[in-house]
Amino acid sequence: MNFDFTDEQRTIKATARELLAERSPFERVRAAAEAGRYDDALWRELCELGWPGIAVAEEHGGQGLGTVELAVLLEELGYAVAAVPLLGSALAALAIEQAGDGEQRARWLPGLASGELTGALGGVRDAIADAADADVIVLVEAGAPRVVARADADVEVIDAIDPTRRYARVRGDGPALGGDVDAALGRAGGAVAAEVVGVCQRALDMTVAYVSERRQFGVPVGSFQAVSHRCAEMLLRTEGARSAAYFAAWAAGAAPERLAEACGMACVAAGEAGVEVTGSAIQAHGGIGFTWEADVHWLFKRAQMDAALLGSASAHRVRLARGVAARPALANGGH
Amino acid sequence: MDLTFSERETAFRDELREWLAVNDPGPEPLHGFDPHFAWRRDFQRRLYAGGWAAPHWPREHGGRGATLTESAIFFEELGRARAPLPANVLGLLLGGPTLMVWGTEEQRDRFLGPILSAEEIWCQGFSEPQAGSDLAALKTRAVRDGDGWLVTGQKVWTSAAQYAKWCMVVARTDAEAEKHKGLTYFLMDMEQPEVQVRPLRQMTGESEFNELFIEGARIADENVIGGVGNGWKVALTTLMNERAGLGFFLQVRMRQLLDDLIDEAAARGLLDDDVIADALGALHVKTEIVRLTAYRGLAAVERYGQPGPEGSLTKWMWSDANQQLAQLATRVLGAEALVAGSRWGYELLRARGYSIEGGTTEILKNIVAERVLGLPRAR
Repeated sequence: MNFDFTDEQRTIKATARELLAERSPFERVRAAAEAGRYDDALWRELCELGWPGIAVAEEHGGQGLGTVELAVLLEELGYAVAAVPLLGSALAALAIEQAGDGEQRARWLPGLASGELTGALGGVRDAIADAADADVIVLVEAGAPRVVARADADVEVIDAIDPTRRYARVRGDGPALGGDVDAALGRAGGAVAAEVVGVCQRALDMTVAYVSERRQFGVPVGSFQAVSHRCAEMLLRTEGARSAAYFAAWAAGAAPERLAEACGMACVAAGEAGVEVTGSAIQAHGGIGFTWEADVHWLFKRAQMDAALLGSASAHRVRLARGVAARPALANGGH
Repeated sequence: MDLTFSERETAFRDELREWLAVNDPGPEPLHGFDPHFAWRRDFQRRLYAGGWAAPHWPREHGGRGATLTESAIFFEELGRARAPLPANVLGLLLGGPTLMVWGTEEQRDRFLGPILSAEEIWCQGFSEPQAGSDLAALKTRAVRDGDGWLVTGQKVWTSAAQYAKWCMVVARTDAEAEKHKGLTYFLMDMEQPEVQVRPLRQMTGESEFNELFIEGARIADENVIGGVGNGWKVALTTLMNERAGLGFFLQVRMRQLLDDLIDEAAARGLLDDDVIADALGALHVKTEIVRLTAYRGLAAVERYGQPGPEGSLTKWMWSDANQQLAQLATRVLGAEALVAGSRWGYELLRARGYSIEGGTTEILKNIVAERVLGLPRAR
């Protein structure tokens, strides 16, 4: 038992944090969002570094690392609210690699891994992240995913509240994913949860920095318990979501039999944490937090869109409870 | 990252499970604190005989030199086997480890053995009526008297005091020194008429805790722990250990309560009710997150050494979730959960103490804000 990153995973995390701090500060995110575009220079650089294919097998042109490494990168991209279509591509690749047949893998994975192609994954009624320009969309209808090529897709671009990403509603037809669909969607849910953890962490870091600086009544506002206890609650939710998201990332690679439960937990914890923590960040920033320039709102907007992507927390919870009743031995602390 | 137990950890767990299967603690006495304590004392004697009383202690002191993870497994398995915490849990978890850091060789030789065997029960005399969260405000004083000390004051929330031989007492030995200095950590013999134990009846109706009235009790010089005037530091060592290990036992207990409640709901057909299933699912997520976060905490301790303030998070999560769970039982079971002395009726009341004992949630938030997040000191 060692619920911790390896030294190599730590290095990936630190390197990603550093790179994104330099290449994707909020000025860049804002510029891309205001122009309604992705940050193309950043995307090119990330593709050269092999980020989109980090978890794709080497035989399909990826780096062949695991879902934990992917979670690490997604967390850092969430931390930066980077305006790149990596999440959609990663989700599509996860699903196709998990549940696609040989032909589907050969057709899509090399392009998604290199970044030559971009992808997206979502439901027919959703505003699907990164779908507006995607070359391939894994489209889920009534729990069944199909692989829809751009040429066969009817894409209706949606001007969503989060302009750091290009969203769309998609219809269209394509071959079904025939493999383990639950595992494919479970992996995708866990990946989104990892991004949300990064969003929460950024909201918390910005808030702690702000309330330590901002003075009223002659003292930093962070010395008031009404404020500091709010920050403590933000940490509690962030760490809870982190525990669940890391568990899901680990289960996706190492314990597929626990993936459904792990993913359900991650979706619930991250969906709630994202909305609560980023909302709290705006509140703790006071009037400044409500302004466009303060940049806190990017986090709130991303968290809202991700929460929708994670699916109904209530439905996840109902499934989890019924699952426990059906498998008491596993739920009772089974390892 | 690996969330499975290693071969060594699995072997440890299996050996313990085998032992527990043979050494069934028997049914928990439901009425009366004396029979309950006797049950726990008997169970600790069996643990001791089997070499399981304190796996986390080093071998030289009679433990197994268990790793943190193995220690967590130990408490998880006790909980899972519905075994009690050993009677001398305060000596095993707090007193012993404090002596290992601050005690002299003579003190370790004298005290550690009887802690393990439950021959001498320990209790903890820290809190006072006017010094709860603000522990350093304590007023109990100790004055020099020949080659020893005379202690006078009042302590409160002292569990197991009526059975204890030794009490870990923090007292003021220098009234002139500033608040956190001038304190000294003593081991006080409970078997003297100058120490009176009065049970404190709590809102559940039972008496887990006591008040201590100390009127000039004698403490020999050799029972000063960590030196005169060093009491605050020694007390912090004790408090740091308060949340280690025990958390895993409590977490498993909560898991069992939740599993039982889900079974009860299923038996009543209530899992088909989305509103109830949603609420139970929410608690499933919270319960598992406590466990996962506790294991992340262990990994952090193994990487960085000392237990960190992160333990505050899991204690806070656990007490919140436990209260919500007991509350939910009243929705699932209706009046059945409101019967005095029933398992759920008891839990509903007892859970209100969880967010107070061992650090109130408000104090935990302060600790998290100041020591984890580095915010300016709260006002």
